[in-house]
Amino acid sequence: MSLISNFYAYLFYFATFVLLGGLALKVWQYARTPAPLKIPTTPAPTTGSGVVLRMTREVVLFESLFRGNKWTWIFSWMFHFGLLLVTLRHLRYFIDPVPVPLQMIQPFGIYGGMAMVVGLGGLWVRRFFVDRVRYISSRSDHLILGLLVAIGLSGLTMRFVVHTDIIRLKEFFAGLYNFEIVTLPADPVLLLHLLLVATLMIIFPYSKLLHMPGLFFSPTRNQVDNPREQRHIAPWAKRLEQE
Amino acid sequence: MAKADFQVPELKEYAEIPEIKPGVMAHSKPFKSKPDFQEALGFPGELVEDWQKKAINKMGDLLGRYRSLRVYMDACVKCGACTDKCHYYLGTHDPKNMPVARQDLLRKVYRRYFTLAGRLFPDLVGATDLTEDVLGDWYNYYHQCSQCRRCSVFCPYGIDTAEISMAAREIMDSIGVGQKYCNEIIGKVYKIGNNLGLPGPALADTLEGLEEDVFDETGVEVKYPLDQEGVDILLITPSADFFAEPHVDGLIGYGKVFHEAGVSWTLSSYASEAANFGMFIGSYDNMRRVSMRIREAAIKLGVKRIVFGECGHAWRVAYSFLNTLVGPWDFLDPRYPVPQHICEFTYDLIQQGKLRLDKSRNDDMVLTYHDSCNVARASRMGDKPGGQFDIPRAIIRASCNHFYDMDEETIRDRTFCCGGGGGLLTDDLMEVRVKGAQPRVEALNHVIQEKGVTHMAAICAICKSQFTKVLPYYGMDMGQIVSVHQLVSNALILTGQETEEEEAVEAAA
Ligand code: HEM
Ligand code: HEM
Ligand code: SF4
Ligand code: SF4
Repeated sequence: MSLISNFYAYLFYFATFVLLGGLALKVWQYARTPAPLKIPTTPAPTTGSGVVLRMTREVVLFESLFRGNKWTWIFSWMFHFGLLLVTLRHLRYFIDPVPVPLQMIQPFGIYGGMAMVVGLGGLWVRRFFVDRVRYISSRSDHLILGLLVAIGLSGLTMRFVVHTDIIRLKEFFAGLYNFEIVTLPADPVLLLHLLLVATLMIIFPYSKLLHMPGLFFSPTRNQVDNPREQRHIAPWAKRLEQE
Repeated sequence: MAKADFQVPELKEYAEIPEIKPGVMAHSKPFKSKPDFQEALGFPGELVEDWQKKAINKMGDLLGRYRSLRVYMDACVKCGACTDKCHYYLGTHDPKNMPVARQDLLRKVYRRYFTLAGRLFPDLVGATDLTEDVLGDWYNYYHQCSQCRRCSVFCPYGIDTAEISMAAREIMDSIGVGQKYCNEIIGKVYKIGNNLGLPGPALADTLEGLEEDVFDETGVEVKYPLDQEGVDILLITPSADFFAEPHVDGLIGYGKVFHEAGVSWTLSSYASEAANFGMFIGSYDNMRRVSMRIREAAIKLGVKRIVFGECGHAWRVAYSFLNTLVGPWDFLDPRYPVPQHICEFTYDLIQQGKLRLDKSRNDDMVLTYHDSCNVARASRMGDKPGGQFDIPRAIIRASCNHFYDMDEETIRDRTFCCGGGGGLLTDDLMEVRVKGAQPRVEALNHVIQEKGVTHMAAICAICKSQFTKVLPYYGMDMGQIVSVHQLVSNALILTGQETEEEEAVEAAA
């Protein structure tokens, strides 16, 4: 047990707390806020299952973005799909034994990591070279991209250049479940990777990464187009009627 | 060509995405509302004392009442997909007219006062205090948004800048900074019953005149009733329909269609306005108060159905909000949707073969159709999604022989706004209106060049007024914009009407 292991253990407790607590608060806030009027962007589905389909297309295929800008769509999809594969591959650090499907996608996770970094690169280049996108970018937009690229590159470095001891890493996380602090392999690249990941977890609920829960609550996308058939009155609007 | 003291955009052969020119529209703003107009709507007359604090409080209030605002303030990732979608950006090149930049005017204040990141690291996340300059930008640029929702179609999260400019306008109204055009008009509805301030006797006069005109033209007694109790249908139509060209030709058309359908109907002098500018200023209260007049009129006149005339944002309020705002409509005939659009009504009759339409009567025109934003992206017609595109087109095709659509990228849910929606249809905003019309007029110009189109039909009073005014700036003729029901009116042969051909045959016999 070392100072470093202690530091990382508490850091991850803290980061997990902020991530989950912050997201839960935000989701609760979104859920609690009424949408007083029907405002789906039409043509919109007229049934609940239609809406599920529309949302699925948005989440999986980024349909609207595809219509909006093909370049952004390609890079964005590469990044997000890569991120998904990487996340699935990473689950092996946290689950024991590793289920067969997870074992099978392991190699794809590596391609995912590469796709992720390339996609992020493309998105970042846009921020410099497209004058409209440059105009709307603030420093935090660059920093988040930088953070994700750094996570990706440090991860790929461990995969291809300086390997780390995955068994001990796994023991470290298994220990955290039982509030035991097991020694973490003190490889600089791993420590960097983990530090950046913890940062990502901490900023998640306080940044534009809220687009992930936000998408599911967007009234222009998740509402059923049936206003003539059903009243859609919000509690605060109902009170106006009683006056 | 109309004279302009600003540069009218060129119409290009291919649509171009312009480079940004910061600040070029910073001077554009509408006249401020006077204290009387403000107070009639329940807003402070002029800028209140501690306006910063009040504005922030109002923002907090709206964040708690509108999920759209709440989510959209957080969710934008600055992906830029919307940046080239707004006609005001395309026409003016001012980057603050890019939808995301327009949202950011509000978002940067939201971040400063309502988020941890903005409180701790304002520079990092682009958060700023609410200063006089920021308020100035709000006033100018939230009045360069026609709330057309084109941006929301392409945003991966459906972020709707219209929702944000409505909220911004409501915040400004709540601290005494209102826009003259909208607020004065809403006041007129409360006082007189319609946007134009036409009193009942004037309406009766106009309608009588229409009856005479139609009789002279067709020899058939088509009625245009006002305030008649116990009839089937209450027609709610924008007040422009009562006198201005080409609107009134549409009204003539509705009357003829009702006549052929054999239904009894009436207009109301109390609810003589379909438009509802309460939506433009983002005020639920005012939108509800304006809508309430329709409910009251329907009850008083004892009608069974409500039908709306050609008006874009009015149809949005009617279709999407009316039931919520002032429903339920359980006292009306449950066999019909409430409300119905006149196009739905006419389309049904055409389907049943009840209208005798002679297309050749519109042979002097080659037509195209302008999808009005609020109809296209914020409502529906018929029972299938997309009916709002197909039904008006079906009516046009049934009424004329020559019809061509404009470029696919500029119609249906990707339609470009006329440039005058959202409460901008006022002379003090002429520059932004003309420039904002550029993408639509450019697409129109293409079909004029390639297909020989002569006229563009529309089903929105604002679109019609706007095009009448701005087409001349582009060297076109104000008469090139027509009502859809004007085409129906031209083509429709009323039962018992003697057509010229028949007359000719009789004369020869
Ligand atoms: C606590 C969480 C995490 C741990 C313990 C962790 C650990 C690791 C380790 C040990 C590797 C090397 C894999 C190998 O050598 O085969 C790796 C690779 C990688 N990591 Fe992470 N990582 C974490 C979170 C993340 C996150 C959140 C991201 C992305 C945002 C990420 C992105 C990557 C990438 C792209 C690679 C290289 C490709 C691959 O091997 O999958 N990691 N990570
Ligand atoms: C339901 C899950 C998610 C969906 C549907 C989604 C969708 C999107 C879309 C459509 C974009 C806009 C295009 C672009 O600029 O890339 C975007 C941007 C972005 N997403 Fe996600 N996302 C999801 C989850 C995540 C997660 C978990 C992360 C972070 C770890 C993330 C990080 C980002 C970042 C950083 C950007 C901005 C990229 C840029 O600067 O251009 N997303 N996301
Ligand atoms: S709603 Fe229309 S006018 Fe407003 S920013 Fe979006 S595209 Fe532009
Ligand atoms: S498309 Fe949506 S997420 Fe992308 S910049 Fe525009 S508003 Fe933001």
